[in-house]
Amino acid sequence: MNQPNLLLRKSFTLCLFVVTLLFAGNSFAQDGKALFQTNCASCHAVGKKLTGPALAGVEERGPWSDRKKLYAWIHNPAGFAKTEAYAANLIKEFNGILMTGFPGLSEKDIDAIIGYINIEATKKPEGPAATTTADQPAEDNSLLFGILAMVLAVVALILLQINSNLKKLTDEKDGVVRGEPVAFWKNKAYIATGIILLFLTGGYLIAQSAIGLGRQQNYQPEQPIYYSHKVHAGINQVNCLYCHGGAMEGKHANIPSVNVCMNCHMAINEYKGEKIFKEDGTEVNGTAEIQKLYKYAGWDPTANKYTSEGKPIEWIKIHNLPDHVYFNHSQHTKAGGVQCQTCHGEIQKMGEVYQFSNLSMGWCINCHRETNVKFKENGFYSMYEKFHNDIKNGKMDSVTVEKIGGTECQKCHY
Amino acid sequence: MSKNKYWQSFGQLNATKAYTEDAANEFKEELPFEMDDNGAKTPRRDFLKYLGFSTAAATLAASCEIPVKKAIPFLNKPADIVPGVANYYATTFVLDGDVIPVVAKVRDGRPIKIEGNELGFTKGGTSQRVQASVLSLYDTARVRFPMEKTGEGFKEAPTYEAVDKKIAAALTAAAGKQIVLLTSTINSPTVLTVIDEFKAKYPTAKHVTYDAVSYSGIIQANEVSYGKKGIPSYHFDAADVIVSFGADFLGTWLNPVDFAKQYAGKRKINEKNPTMSRHFQFESMYSLTGASADERYTHKPSELGAALLALYAKVGGAVTAPAIADKRLAAGIDAAAKELLAAGGNAVVVSGSNDVNAQIIVNAINDKIGANGKTVNYGTMLNYRKGVDAEFEQLVADMNAGAVGAVFIHGANPVYTYRDGKKFADALKKVSLSVSFNEREDETTAECKFILPDHHYLESWGDAEAKSGYLSFIQPTIHPLFKTRAFATSLLKWSGSTVADYETYFKAYWISKLGGQIAFDQALQDGVMEPAAPVVAGASFNGAALTDAVAKLSAAKKGGKHELVIYQKVSIGDGKMANNPWLQEMPDPLTRACWDNYAIVSPETAKEFGYATQAELDEYEVNPPKRVLKITAAGKSIELPLIIVPGTNNSTIAVATGYGRSEKVGRAAKGAGQNIYPFVGFNGATYEYVVADVAVEKTDKMYDVVQMQTHGTYDNRVEVVKETSLAVFKKDPKYFINERMAEIGPYGGIDGLEEKGTLYPVFDKPGIKWGMSLDLNLCNGCGACVVACSAENNVSVVGKTQVGKYHDMHWLRIDRYFSGDMENPDVVFQPMMCQHCDNAPCENVCPVAATNHSSEGLNQMTYNRCIGTRYCANNCPYKVRRFNWHDWNGADSFKDNQNPLVEYGRLNEVTLDMNDDLTRMVLNPDVTVRSRGVIEKCSFCVQRLQEAKLTAKKDSRPLVDSDIKTACQQACPTNAIVFGNVNDKESAINKVRTQEGYNRNYYVLEQIHVLPNVSYLAKVRNTDRTVGNHEEGHEAHGEEKHEEKKEAATEAAH
Repeated sequence: MNQPNLLLRKSFTLCLFVVTLLFAGNSFAQDGKALFQTNCASCHAVGKKLTGPALAGVEERGPWSDRKKLYAWIHNPAGFAKTEAYAANLIKEFNGILMTGFPGLSEKDIDAIIGYINIEATKKPEGPAATTTADQPAEDNSLLFGILAMVLAVVALILLQINSNLKKLTDEKDGVVRGEPVAFWKNKAYIATGIILLFLTGGYLIAQSAIGLGRQQNYQPEQPIYYSHKVHAGINQVNCLYCHGGAMEGKHANIPSVNVCMNCHMAINEYKGEKIFKEDGTEVNGTAEIQKLYKYAGWDPTANKYTSEGKPIEWIKIHNLPDHVYFNHSQHTKAGGVQCQTCHGEIQKMGEVYQFSNLSMGWCINCHRETNVKFKENGFYSMYEKFHNDIKNGKMDSVTVEKIGGTECQKCHY
Repeated sequence: MSKNKYWQSFGQLNATKAYTEDAANEFKEELPFEMDDNGAKTPRRDFLKYLGFSTAAATLAASCEIPVKKAIPFLNKPADIVPGVANYYATTFVLDGDVIPVVAKVRDGRPIKIEGNELGFTKGGTSQRVQASVLSLYDTARVRFPMEKTGEGFKEAPTYEAVDKKIAAALTAAAGKQIVLLTSTINSPTVLTVIDEFKAKYPTAKHVTYDAVSYSGIIQANEVSYGKKGIPSYHFDAADVIVSFGADFLGTWLNPVDFAKQYAGKRKINEKNPTMSRHFQFESMYSLTGASADERYTHKPSELGAALLALYAKVGGAVTAPAIADKRLAAGIDAAAKELLAAGGNAVVVSGSNDVNAQIIVNAINDKIGANGKTVNYGTMLNYRKGVDAEFEQLVADMNAGAVGAVFIHGANPVYTYRDGKKFADALKKVSLSVSFNEREDETTAECKFILPDHHYLESWGDAEAKSGYLSFIQPTIHPLFKTRAFATSLLKWSGSTVADYETYFKAYWISKLGGQIAFDQALQDGVMEPAAPVVAGASFNGAALTDAVAKLSAAKKGGKHELVIYQKVSIGDGKMANNPWLQEMPDPLTRACWDNYAIVSPETAKEFGYATQAELDEYEVNPPKRVLKITAAGKSIELPLIIVPGTNNSTIAVATGYGRSEKVGRAAKGAGQNIYPFVGFNGATYEYVVADVAVEKTDKMYDVVQMQTHGTYDNRVEVVKETSLAVFKKDPKYFINERMAEIGPYGGIDGLEEKGTLYPVFDKPGIKWGMSLDLNLCNGCGACVVACSAENNVSVVGKTQVGKYHDMHWLRIDRYFSGDMENPDVVFQPMMCQHCDNAPCENVCPVAATNHSSEGLNQMTYNRCIGTRYCANNCPYKVRRFNWHDWNGADSFKDNQNPLVEYGRLNEVTLDMNDDLTRMVLNPDVTVRSRGVIEKCSFCVQRLQEAKLTAKKDSRPLVDSDIKTACQQACPTNAIVFGNVNDKESAINKVRTQEGYNRNYYVLEQIHVLPNVSYLAKVRNTDRTVGNHEEGHEAHGEEKHEEKKEAATEAAH
């Protein structure tokens, strides 16, 4: 009795292991990425000049090969510019705009950011190609196996039929008298097998779809305005929190109000970037979409002022959690330091947003089992004396969300 | 017969058969299969039909597409609003004259919870009515626009401007006649100046204050004794001896929140040096305050004057007191007098009587014992009630005589609350212009010509002066839901003021008074502005009227066989908030009944009315129908069911005000109880709430009164409340510890019980372990926590019918225990909620692990996993788990899906009310609304715990006590509840358990090793009597119990 269970468990563990491996690669340099995005991304890109210079290969330029100088510059740009001509020139080159100082960034933080930049600079070119090649064969294989199985099944059926015919012939030859042969569609064994098969596949499908009820992974509704995250967060590197500031403050990340859009779009009234295409291949007229925004905002771009009252935009909600689930963004972003992309996918590459994760409970729980809390960094965890002692004694090396009760019912259901 | 020393019901006291059977059944009924003569009404075939249908329906529903949901952001987001994050605004709860500074929690633009303002004089305390007031904002019965009476009834007036024009014309026409502003007590300085401006514009205008329940007696007595027409403030926190003659100052008298806070200061036990105030209560019926008293004496209602005079004589007053026949009462007065004199001025005497003469004697006593200027403070006057009864009587006469041209009614509802409502209604018809500003079409408003509804306080600007110098500010927390307009705005408009509306007026007034916008903003933000220390001053006592008062009191008419006492219920009060379902469903602390008023009688008196034998009493206890009494006085009669409360004076029948409202008042108030106001008397100066002679007869009728008392019982487990007297506790501080050790000593003792009392392993609680402690000495049973819990946790209102079926949903109940003899029992209140046992019996029996334990010590309930077997509720020793027998919340499945249940009589109309889109705005979005078929219970406000932890995490610091308060803890006016992280050595809860309250600390049913996370501090009564279950003294305790068991065994053998 135990055997199948064991097998199942083993294969499940194996799967989990594989999944873990897959994800482990992605989480590398996550800290640097987070720091980069919260602190640098509003002015810098890795491979592109924005308000500030492109950061790829920064270490090879000017005085920056000396990490000490880089720290000094980032902590206090104005002070450093006085001592180093290169920095002064840099300011001149960028129209006298001095970089904002980040005295709060520790040296370790800066190292992490540089680490991230270096990785990003090298991986940029072959990135997308690699993912497509990785994805493609998996799909093809299953289809192939499916067809193969079908063919084999038909062959088996034919062979069985032939076998029974041959048997009939030999029987006749041997003079064994048999009843009128039963057509295979009336054969009870076949019918029984068929029913059992139907029952199993049907049951499997029903169970699967029942589990999937209310889940809407890959949901990508058409929005009232074609808003491209790729253009905003990707190409133009607008910080996620500029629009979704609520993510750091409370339960909801919040869709920005129209006035937030207008902060930039009062000035940006046409789209000049590369062509945007929808999933189905039709081209999107970016400028026309901006015009739609003006209509909602009640803004008259020619007169350059608000002329009518405006109305809020009725966006279609993509990520829907059931009512009995409590989810708080700030818990994950601010307290946990989780990146937006961890759950929302590579949002900076999406045209219209789709739901990246399935948002199932299993998905939540898995992450809670695998993710470490900021045990040493966050003062809150100083209360967990036992774990601190265990770490000191080498009994454990990290504390997962699960260890502090993150998989208990009433952490999300109340 | 084995007798329980603490009992909740007569059945429990006498361990009757009916009680035992009742207690044995966790659930009152079998599964809802209805049978008739031919077997089940729902046979197998029907079952299969339903099964088929529901499968098909589910398939159909599942194949439908997921509905498209929209996310609509602001057009222009205000900077200080983040959707999903609550904002808190300081404002002030104002209901007629009641004032309590509060903080409103506003989520996404909707006020959803009211907390006390800790900066204010009530120091964060609230009452049940404050807690429930947020639901009144979303009351479906509110008048939604200005209305004018036409031939058939009220019709919407097009605009306020149109109404203003008509009223202005009518006011001009009324010239020469009186123009009357008839209001309940107004203590807003700005509104009072607006009224003055109105009076200046119309010279014939007059402001008459009318309170539903009058305090005219005190006001007039103080005018006579001290030349101060008003109510002094009392300092119960400075009183070592408190003597109350029927003043329910912890429940309903003036401002119970303020008084309860003061009172609690002197009742909190410092274990190193235990002292307490001593509280004598003389009353006719069992009041909430009486339940807290150390010594309680009952008297006939008509005997009050004699009792007061006797006390006055004993404290040195030059009167000959009438003889008091009742020896116990006489001894009580002696004892009280002795202690009052010994207290050296740190004592206070109060009386709930509305009789001027009685209050003059109270003043004389307070003067004699030196309380004047110490505990009775004439330097700071209370502004809660200002009505003088004779003025209102004069008004009714004037109206009837046709001398009144216009009446503007705000807050007052005399057609309902006046002793002769019809007379007032008739008088109102003789007034050509009558305007009501009341929020609903109540009895008086229905008789008016115009309704110009005022805002709810949560929608208003305003101010209030609760006591002289103590200012509280009101700021709106939500845009007015309906087309309502501030009362003062109307007055400003009609008096031709240059100021457009009250908001502008109010702001200008305070900005100029406080010296600028910044000071004003600060005042609004704080919500209160109070003197650093109260001004305390005495007044010189004028004894001139004393002789007259004594003479009148001595000559007072002797009471008949039965006397009627008209009282206010703790929850409903004078009836202003009668349409509040939370208040209606809150059980009365003493009777534990809800949704009705009734005639309270003593067990002795009940014998006369059909409850003499044990069988009759059993019937009374276990089933809702109660015998209906017909009470007649002065040609009026009323039929009310009787409720038996031990400790009621034998000649007293007590009936609560606030019930018997008209249909238009709302669906919750409709049909609840009878109106007792017509029985109020008038003695020529003040209203009397005692009728000295009523005829009472037994009728054949029965009427259902639903009580929650016997719903959860501990079966025959030993006493769950612990109590002793101060003397015993002082002599033997280890009294309770010894008592506990007697139970658990052999199993590891107090410290080792968890480990040694069981075979099972002990689980770690790293980081946090939540714990709660309740001080039975501070809990006065008021029930603010019960309503606060309902508001915070979306606890369903089930309605009268379902409470009758034991289906009430309260997560927190306050058990009332009697002890002592039937004539004069003591009462102990014990709040009881999920004890979050670390070794919880409910968790082991759940077949689907829907209830399990968290590493923080919470007993978690997961609704979406629960399949409703109710095994957990059955196995819970504390009986705190609640099952959703119906879909109380509609769950939006489809429109009007509850209507058939209401029509069929399963549910009351209040369910429809609670499911209205308007009412549902009160729901807390952080707490799941439970559906039918699942169990629920106290969660220790887990949503608050999670939020507190998150705040601390975001600030990268450990959790501290101030981060977290459960709803019940925050609501409590006496700080009886302490909550926090037990693992934190610095936390209050840890200190209570290990230091400050170590000697009184105990756990309920500790001996069954369920390891509760809720602890209690035993009650200590400041008395020389032996209290509770320790008649034979402590030493004999063990033996006594042993004997009891033996007796029980013999009993069983019979």
